[in-house]
Amino acid sequence: MTEAPGFHETPAWGLDPAKSPVALGPDLLVPEEAATEEEHPPEGPSGGEARSTGGIGVQILRAFWEHKLAVVSLAVIILMILFCWVGPLIYHTQQVNQNLVLVNPTNAPPGATGGKFPLGTTATGFDELGRIMYGGKVSLEVGLLSALIATCMGVVYGAIAGFFGRWLDAVMMRFVDIVLSIPLLFLLIALVTIFRSSTTLLIFVIAGVSWLVPARLVRGETLTLRTREYVQAVRGMGGRGGRIIGRHIIPNAVGTIVVFATFQVATSILLLAALGFLGFGVPAPATDWGSMLSNAVSAAGNGWWWEFYPVGICIVLVVICFNFIGDALRDALEARTQRR
Amino acid sequence: MVGYLVRRFLQAIIVVLGVVLIVFLLSRLIPGGEARAVLGERASPEAIARFNRVQGFDLPIWLQFWHYILGLPQLKLGYSYKFTQPVWTIISTRLPKTLALVGTSTVLALVVAIPLGVIQVVRRHKPTDYALTGVSFILYAMPAFFFGTLLIIIFSFDLKLLPVSPPSGSSPFEIWTDPKAFIMPVVTLAAISIASFSRYMRSSLLDAMAEDYIRTARAKGASNKRVLFGHALRNALIPIITLLGLTLPVIVSGAVIVEDVFNYPGMGLLIVQAADNTDIPLVLGTTLVITVATVIGSLLADILYVVVDPRIRYGGSF
Repeated sequence: MTEAPGFHETPAWGLDPAKSPVALGPDLLVPEEAATEEEHPPEGPSGGEARSTGGIGVQILRAFWEHKLAVVSLAVIILMILFCWVGPLIYHTQQVNQNLVLVNPTNAPPGATGGKFPLGTTATGFDELGRIMYGGKVSLEVGLLSALIATCMGVVYGAIAGFFGRWLDAVMMRFVDIVLSIPLLFLLIALVTIFRSSTTLLIFVIAGVSWLVPARLVRGETLTLRTREYVQAVRGMGGRGGRIIGRHIIPNAVGTIVVFATFQVATSILLLAALGFLGFGVPAPATDWGSMLSNAVSAAGNGWWWEFYPVGICIVLVVICFNFIGDALRDALEARTQRR
Repeated sequence: MVGYLVRRFLQAIIVVLGVVLIVFLLSRLIPGGEARAVLGERASPEAIARFNRVQGFDLPIWLQFWHYILGLPQLKLGYSYKFTQPVWTIISTRLPKTLALVGTSTVLALVVAIPLGVIQVVRRHKPTDYALTGVSFILYAMPAFFFGTLLIIIFSFDLKLLPVSPPSGSSPFEIWTDPKAFIMPVVTLAAISIASFSRYMRSSLLDAMAEDYIRTARAKGASNKRVLFGHALRNALIPIITLLGLTLPVIVSGAVIVEDVFNYPGMGLLIVQAADNTDIPLVLGTTLVITVATVIGSLLADILYVVVDPRIRYGGSF
């Protein structure tokens, strides 16, 4: 099967491989002295190390720094991580007790009972602020880990398909086409139904439907990288496939990979939220932002807005931030290749 | 052109066969097998053996797959023990509703997104452009379940303008004649794709404006309006059709959320209900049918592409 050129290469989600920094390859061949001689950043991080390895890194950081929105987004993400992990250590709340109804008021508005509940309580008496921390931890954990796993799987798969080519490539990529043609949420729900969900399993199920896109991207990149002189040189010296992929192809595709991974964190968080909203999120007593939102729909109808808006805004905020960071990273990595 | 269409058609068939294989393999992955799912956890080994023999689950796996494929043209997708009905009977009442929802909102998305993209190009680097880019970015990041629920809160609970209940009709025609109940699901589903369509439209039109034929048209003295609508826009629309084919699985996936939020009885709500009941034959049957529908939809978009783009029609370089 041959594909019409250009048809299936452009994914709809805007991660355009043609735009991505494909030509990262030869840069690493430039002797490192030459790389640092170009322009010394005056305020580079501590001395000697920056000289030998920081040349490229500092340029990328600078280009990233120019995107103020992305810098703000990064700060927001860091604050959110602190909020979800360190927050519960400072602000103690009870999040597993089933009989909270006996202790706490239900559906209490923010600031109720003398400010004891800054964001109010839920229908089952959970403290809303603490609940957001508790659910956010799960959401971020699943988002970050599944994005990481999906990226690693996709990179290895794509690099193998692209590097060995021929029938292996045809079979492997056809498989990707087939799975990608199943609407994502239908596939996810089917998988969640068959393998009853737990938090760990959700990470793997979400990763299991998300590795296909990076596989395509990395395969495309590998196709161009494997014809490069340095890859042929390694081959000429007797280097094996595994070594070439691990030491030469993947490191040179790292720009595309990092950018993809950033966007994927946002996508994974959204996927978990969607599953949670549909009732297939992490099993009780744990919770995630999507499940919380799902429980809050009827509350919002009763005017108990504090159960609905804060969680919804948290999801949208985190997703937007990861998207901004991804955009800036892509620009930064492109800028790096253009400047040379 | 014929060669391209034949190849594209074969590709679609391979995809469908692959999906059939995947769905079949998933159905055999159920922990404990279907017998336990149907007969319950405490079924005796004899009962399970009898069930497996009657259902043909004791045959070699490749033979089972063969029987499965043979049954598909007769729409034998299995039996839902929770609904006590054949899977296809349930699906056949739900599929038209999802097609109506997806079709209507895709058309709405195109009708809104194309002018939006054009406005952004005409007003490039002006406040209108930035405002529209900002709005589409927020729409893009806004999950459908949040956006849809917001609509319900605003238009049903607060303003009391629109009903919360879904359209009651069973055929697409009846659904369209009940616009008050239909509008919120359609808008919610369209909102997801409006953002990406208009972003894509903007960049596609900007690309087209940089082409040589635009300079030629200007040199001939064509007016700005004529250059934009007569030359650039027509060419910029072609990639949108490709995008449509590629985005279709995403839109169908979004329909699951929208149907759940608005309680709209289509394929998405069906799979959610089936999954709640651990009704695995129904879950897998729904997945298979909706995927085939999506593949056919993408195929139609690609055929449309051939019709619209003269480079493929006459060129034959594919």
